[in-house]
Amino acid sequence: MSDLRGLYQEVILDHSKRPRNFRALEDADYHAEGYNPLCGDRITIYVKLENDRISDVSFQGSGCAISTSSASLLTETLKGKTLGEAEALFERFHALVTGKGNGDKPGAVPLGKLEVFSGVAEFPVRVKCATLAWHTLRSALAGEAKAVSTE
Amino acid sequence: MGIARDVLNGTRCERSVRFAVEKIRQDFPVLSSSVHDKPLVYLDNAATSQKPRAVIEAEALFYSRNCSNIHRGVHELSERATKCYEDSRTKVQQFLNARESREIIFVRGTTEAINLVSNTFGRKQVGAGDEVLITAMEHHSNIVPWQILCEEKGARLRVAPVNDRGEIVFEEFEKLLGARTRFVALVHVSNVLGTINPVREMIEAAHRRNVPVLLDGAQAAPHLKVDVQALDCDFYAFSGHKLYGPTGVGVLYGKAGLLEAMPPYQGGGDMIRSVTFEKTLYNTLPYKFEAGTPNIAGSIGLGAAVDYVNEIGLESIRAYEDELLAYGTRALEEIPGLRIIGTAREKAGVISFVIEGIHPHDVGTVLDQEGIAVRTGHHCAQPLMERFKVPATTRASLAFYNTAGEIDTLAAGIRKVKDLLG
Ligand SMILES: Cc1ncc(COP(=O)(O)O)c(C=O)c1O
Repeated sequence: MSDLRGLYQEVILDHSKRPRNFRALEDADYHAEGYNPLCGDRITIYVKLENDRISDVSFQGSGCAISTSSASLLTETLKGKTLGEAEALFERFHALVTGKGNGDKPGAVPLGKLEVFSGVAEFPVRVKCATLAWHTLRSALAGEAKAVSTE
Repeated sequence: MGIARDVLNGTRCERSVRFAVEKIRQDFPVLSSSVHDKPLVYLDNAATSQKPRAVIEAEALFYSRNCSNIHRGVHELSERATKCYEDSRTKVQQFLNARESREIIFVRGTTEAINLVSNTFGRKQVGAGDEVLITAMEHHSNIVPWQILCEEKGARLRVAPVNDRGEIVFEEFEKLLGARTRFVALVHVSNVLGTINPVREMIEAAHRRNVPVLLDGAQAAPHLKVDVQALDCDFYAFSGHKLYGPTGVGVLYGKAGLLEAMPPYQGGGDMIRSVTFEKTLYNTLPYKFEAGTPNIAGSIGLGAAVDYVNEIGLESIRAYEDELLAYGTRALEEIPGLRIIGTAREKAGVISFVIEGIHPHDVGTVLDQEGIAVRTGHHCAQPLMERFKVPATTRASLAFYNTAGEIDTLAAGIRKVKDLLG
């Protein structure tokens, strides 16, 4: 049971039940859909950029507690961050959930609330759930052609 | 009901005179193991079943005493291996009540059996503008091969709908059997809903229009007595690994007349009678469809599994599993917020469910920590998930070695899920 409490921490349960920034962004610059066929999780991430900075980010979709809360906390964490900071956070987050430590080193962007996902490392099959939103964000930012306004 | 309660209530079922489940459990080595320091409760039998010692030993015996290729050597080991392999074919023939053993083709599993039929019979049978009819509760393995065929031929895939209980709407099925229908592919028992389809009536309806029918028996063969002659199906497919046998071996039954007229599926050794660079003469049935060295050990293991199931008897298995299903359905229905998906009047061995506000994937993780193995996800039936408007379900699927006590553990586990995540 202790492992489960470590996985399903209060913050995670709170964000899975009351996801933040859970909406479409009408004027998003980028968006992408992520799908985890193993469990049917499906989310869409929307991003608005101002120069190099994420001015707004939101998501919609349905999924398990881990993927939903991860998406929710991603949006909270990344608002106002630069693209470089976002990429660095993803790397640290990935290390955290795969049990390779939290990548903490002097000058690194703090993981902050994202630390609550440390319990995922004990559940390797759930790593995909935790990282779905992050992979989706990456593909949204990479897919410049996917700009919402042109569709 | 009195008897059922007595048999199934708590641990009392273990003393049942009618079904010696505790004794049976001892035949399956894995069932006495632990997971996360809890006794294993294996309720993922629809994905694959556990293997009795008799099956494990039959494979081991082949490898340790009789290992040889078949149909090829004049030496003693090859003769023994060939005999064991062909004996298994006869066992499967009798198990399905097929007319002849040459109607039994060993393949990799249900998936390969269906692909064999779609690639050979299907290619000849279906042309541009024709239709192939399936149902809304098919496993991907009985959808995708037909989709590929239809795409290749410019044919159309039609889908018979299911009602809210998870039963095929027979009138709609009949209506879809039209002038252009060339083939019907149909699941005998649904792996998601547990529905036992009225396949006999459906086959009759198709045959009245001269349409041949394939049954996907992956979930039926382990639970029901299958008689291919009584059903009059044209093809029947099942997997050994869901019938307490090894992985990597399965069966395609086909009526001899149809199999004979079909072109081969794969070319290679064993499927030929003579080869020159100008012309190859194909072997007779069933070898025409068994190119290359088959899964010899697996097929022998499957024969042992058939023996094992016969020893217990499918009638007893069915009666016991029905009681377990009824007990499990009642136990789960009592849990607030839990909804069972698939409530057909004719059901076998499967309870799929969703819990309000909790995703199946989280249910599966928590249950796993309790030692309970269930499947969560779309169960290779995404269109069916959409029909029931759920992204996924949690599925507990039963075998004759499961007990009412394990159902109680499952119900307690689900209550824990709700405490933790609800
Ligand atoms: C109804 C049904 N059909 C087909 C299959 C495919 O069986 P296999 O993977 O053994 O080929 C399964 C197994 O998951 C099944 O449940």
